Amino acid sequence: MSRDSGNWAKPTGRLGAVDRAGALNANVAGRRINAANGGFGRLFQKTFSVRLEGASVTPQEVIQTWKTRFGEFWPKGQRMFLPASGIAPGEIGLINGSIPGTPTMATGVLVIYADDESFSFMSPEGHPFAGPLTFSAAADGGTTVVQVQELTRASDPFWELAMMTPVIGERMQNDIWRQTLRSLAAHFGVDAAVESKIVCVDKRRQWRNAKNIWQNAGIRSGLSAPLRLLRRR
Amino acid sequence: MAETPTSTMQARQADATVGVVEIRGEITAASEKPLMQAYAEACGEETRAVVLDFSGLEYMNSGGIGLLVTLLVRANRQKQKLLATGLNEHYRQIFELTRLDEAIAIFGDVDAAVAAAHG
Repeated sequence: MSRDSGNWAKPTGRLGAVDRAGALNANVAGRRINAANGGFGRLFQKTFSVRLEGASVTPQEVIQTWKTRFGEFWPKGQRMFLPASGIAPGEIGLINGSIPGTPTMATGVLVIYADDESFSFMSPEGHPFAGPLTFSAAADGGTTVVQVQELTRASDPFWELAMMTPVIGERMQNDIWRQTLRSLAAHFGVDAAVESKIVCVDKRRQWRNAKNIWQNAGIRSGLSAPLRLLRRR
Repeated sequence: MAETPTSTMQARQADATVGVVEIRGEITAASEKPLMQAYAEACGEETRAVVLDFSGLEYMNSGGIGLLVTLLVRANRQKQKLLATGLNEHYRQIFELTRLDEAIAIFGDVDAAVAAAHG
């Protein structure tokens, strides 16, 4: 048995149904995980990091806190519903995201990997991004450095266009991780700037995957919003 | 040969059109330099495919998967195929989980992968 056996989720085929109290639960059950190769837009490697200068905390302690309180560090308007036990391989998180003036978008993530110093998500079809997203912490000269790194494409033409739109693209993706890292650093008593490194790894768009738009979680959430309103009445 | 304290990458050319990279030890984000170096060594001017031999793989984390995705993009850009061999059941499952198996064809041994690369 490999050393990493317990760190990986088992292959799922299609994601199962989960119940998370208070969550708008849609666009997850029955969906397959989407890899970067199955996405549409340009492929970016984005790295966001913050140094916890002066904080007496180990990488393992940071990751333990992050695993159990992940949603608390997300910016206002973005919600992640995880099991009470927190992040573990194979667990599904439900995401309810919103931009002011738009309906709540329901999607999710699968925890594909978790160990003491890192954990990783992949997202289901319809999620804005396709590809792995890794959260990690490491010691660097006595200081714990916390990092979010993604290797993702926009999953369909709609999301690619959104990413290219000034302000919206930044807000939808990059600002989430900058604010998350600032909140996490603040939790450990550190007020530090978040460093960003964004590299376009592949500038080609994968037009064969343009059809992914049929599963777009934002469009589907928007179309179902009137029905949800009617049901509430 | 390219090495880190935790991994060894051995490159060779099976023939003029197929290269082989033998991966031993760990694949993590820290393996980027030796893996890319070995990949370059495995490629000649006429290389159309590179076989990644994972039979010596002992450990891989999610950073390693990211590295393989990056390598796949590089291979595609050079119009080369990536093939995999030597994966045990555990690592086959990880390829399936991350859907790398849809982009990197998996074979039982290096000879079968080299033969498929010619097909």
